[in-house]
Amino acid sequence: MTKRLLSINDLSILLPTGADREYAVQDINLELNAGETVCVVGESGSGKSLTARAVMGLLPAPHVRIGKGEIIFDDEDLTKVTYERLRELRGSEISMIFQEPMTALNPVMTIGAQIDEVFRYHVSMSAKERVEKAVSLLVDVNLPDPAKIINAYPHELSGGQRQRSMIAMALALGPKILIADEPTTALDVTTQAQILELISDMQKRLDTGVLFITHDFGVVADIADRVIVMQHGKIVETGTTKQVLQKPKHPYTKSLIAAIPRLKPRKARSRAAKVVLEAEDICKSFGGGRSFFGFGKPSRDVKAVQNVQIELRRGETLGVVGESGSGKSTLARCIIRLIDSDAGQIKLGDVDITKLSRSELRPFRKRIQMVFQDPFASLNPRIKVGDIISQGPILQGEDKDEASKRAYELLDIVGLDRRSFDRFPHEFSGGQRQRIGIARALSLRPDILVADEPVSALDVSIQAQILELLDEIRAQMDLSMLFITHDLRVAAQVCDYVAVMQYGKIVETGPTAELFENPKDAYTKSLLAAVPGKDWHF
Amino acid sequence: MGNFWTRYKRNHAAVFGLFVIALIIVMAITASFLYPEDPFRLVGKPLSEPLTNGFLLGSDSLGRDVASGIVHGAKTSLLIGFVATLVSVFIGIFFGAFAGYFGGLIDDILMRVTEIFQTIPSFIFAILLVAILKPSMSSIVIAIAVVSWPGVARLVRGEFLAVKNREFVQACHTLGMSDLRIMLWEILPNCLSPIIVVGSLMVATAILIESGLAFLGLGDPNVMSWGFLIGAGRTMLRSAWWVCTFPGVAILITVLAINLIGEGLNDALNPRLKERQ
Repeated sequence: MTKRLLSINDLSILLPTGADREYAVQDINLELNAGETVCVVGESGSGKSLTARAVMGLLPAPHVRIGKGEIIFDDEDLTKVTYERLRELRGSEISMIFQEPMTALNPVMTIGAQIDEVFRYHVSMSAKERVEKAVSLLVDVNLPDPAKIINAYPHELSGGQRQRSMIAMALALGPKILIADEPTTALDVTTQAQILELISDMQKRLDTGVLFITHDFGVVADIADRVIVMQHGKIVETGTTKQVLQKPKHPYTKSLIAAIPRLKPRKARSRAAKVVLEAEDICKSFGGGRSFFGFGKPSRDVKAVQNVQIELRRGETLGVVGESGSGKSTLARCIIRLIDSDAGQIKLGDVDITKLSRSELRPFRKRIQMVFQDPFASLNPRIKVGDIISQGPILQGEDKDEASKRAYELLDIVGLDRRSFDRFPHEFSGGQRQRIGIARALSLRPDILVADEPVSALDVSIQAQILELLDEIRAQMDLSMLFITHDLRVAAQVCDYVAVMQYGKIVETGPTAELFENPKDAYTKSLLAAVPGKDWHF
Repeated sequence: MGNFWTRYKRNHAAVFGLFVIALIIVMAITASFLYPEDPFRLVGKPLSEPLTNGFLLGSDSLGRDVASGIVHGAKTSLLIGFVATLVSVFIGIFFGAFAGYFGGLIDDILMRVTEIFQTIPSFIFAILLVAILKPSMSSIVIAIAVVSWPGVARLVRGEFLAVKNREFVQACHTLGMSDLRIMLWEILPNCLSPIIVVGSLMVATAILIESGLAFLGLGDPNVMSWGFLIGAGRTMLRSAWWVCTFPGVAILITVLAINLIGEGLNDALNPRLKERQ
């Protein structure tokens, strides 16, 4: 019989008065055994992170506090222990890794010094022993050249290396419980796969119980033993991974699973003859600047995009996939001329728009529009929704009444209430804001839509709705779409053709179905292999 | 707006500051009713102590009423404080916005100019300017504005740098919006809160500089001001304390009240900072 490590009984966490609901989480029951991975899944606002924080005693008191219930760890109720006792437990018995390793690590301390702190506060060891132990930990988490990394500052490491260092720190004293709060969300897929593997390796070795918070069912399928699904602060379903993923009972779980894009690529529509956008030999590099008087070394030159060719035909969706830093967003911004490319041609029909001046470019702006990634940053908080949507046509010389009429129509098209016209963006949720962003892009009746990660900031269920909306609009208006994404599942669902980018170059391109089934380039293969939950068929 | 006032109200000191400033403004407006006489007129026995010979706050060495001087001086101080601040905020926004928005060479040139102004000690620079321009209300306003805009320019530049890369600004570019329109209609409204806060505190500094100039005899000779009163009384500080003290207290209270208001505006406009406590 495995050892019970943690049991949470009837836990409720109160939100401050005036919040949109009384409880952040309500009547939560949860158990964690040694050597087991329990995944808590839910969309943003479901209370999954607060549950994890409650275990660590890290609730943002006094605003958010435990209302009732107990958290039993080793016969001790963590809701009642003193602060000192909690501090003893943290790091040594229960430890935590966070979503964003850059902010979870102290930027002015070396990795070695931060690992050292864990030992200094919890056990007595000589300085030499501590350094040896730190190095061996870094070896354990497969960091290359640990002797060097121990003296490195967080900014000198890559995202994956930082998360490995965090894990080394969290596991330094062999805790019984590891709480991982979305530890791979900020990482690229290939790195994510490595980190997940590392966590399960370490877990086997130390027999740790892992409480894993995530929104990604793919990750769940890969690592979980048991799953807990949360919605609006309540547990709606629990069970073994197999039960929940294969035979979900609760309608919410069903809808969540149904919303996950299938990795099965769609069939490419037959190619239209007309090429609407053609990019040839696009190059863009950053840096290389000098100071005002020309002193100093020119800074390092980064080649973000190198000799990229792209061809987009009428009515098709071309996906550009790649990990962060692959240059896919830079490419999109070059094409829409938010930044000027260093070399190459971008032909909109017959016209090369790279050579046009800003005023010459203005009429062409109508034909190519963009949907942005972050729905919270892409709308001006001080301007009303109606004006956001209608200002484009007005700038292009349309009559004001005509433009407002069009804005109302667009609100209908993107599925928003007409009353939204007079509201400010902050009154809307992320998904609704993204709809506003789409309406703005459509306001000029473009031929081409450039979508830069339009769903990556959204929850899965919202994501599915937005993808559907984009597809509908594309069909209705005969749009061509350039779709930038890091998520191969999303690409599989919406793209007819896919171009895979790495280090600023396109390494492979082809019809989505063909490319997913039969990847030729080694990088494409590794990307496909790293997609979480790829063996899970539902 | 209602929300803004609720948050502002939470800071009681700020409400007090607003109340004090309102009183001083009322005092300045009604100056000619309270003391219809010209404050420069010799109206009674010189060096009368407060509450004697019909002087509420005493009289100075020439027999001018100190209370009348304070009431009339309030108008000067507030007027110069507000106008000078407006002018310098305007210059600051202009420099900061262009530097932050366009970056590159324009940024370099504008910021080097700003730095030249920042490296000159501001009060000495103000004295120099007033001495060159001949003391008058407008030259004092110009001098104060010229020495205090660089701070605003730096602030606005930073805000513009932060906002100009936000996606909504990029969206405006893709719609074909002109640079000037983006700067004025899209970015500037998002930078207003810190500008308002800094501006409110600048009013206090401007009043101090004006008083300093008047104290040194560089005020407008035709206009009564607090600094002038202090300057006139400083030689008799030990024998006639009231001549310096009351205008000094007036400056203290005004500057303090404005600072409290600035603090309150900061809490109300940047609510997140407050909640962190």
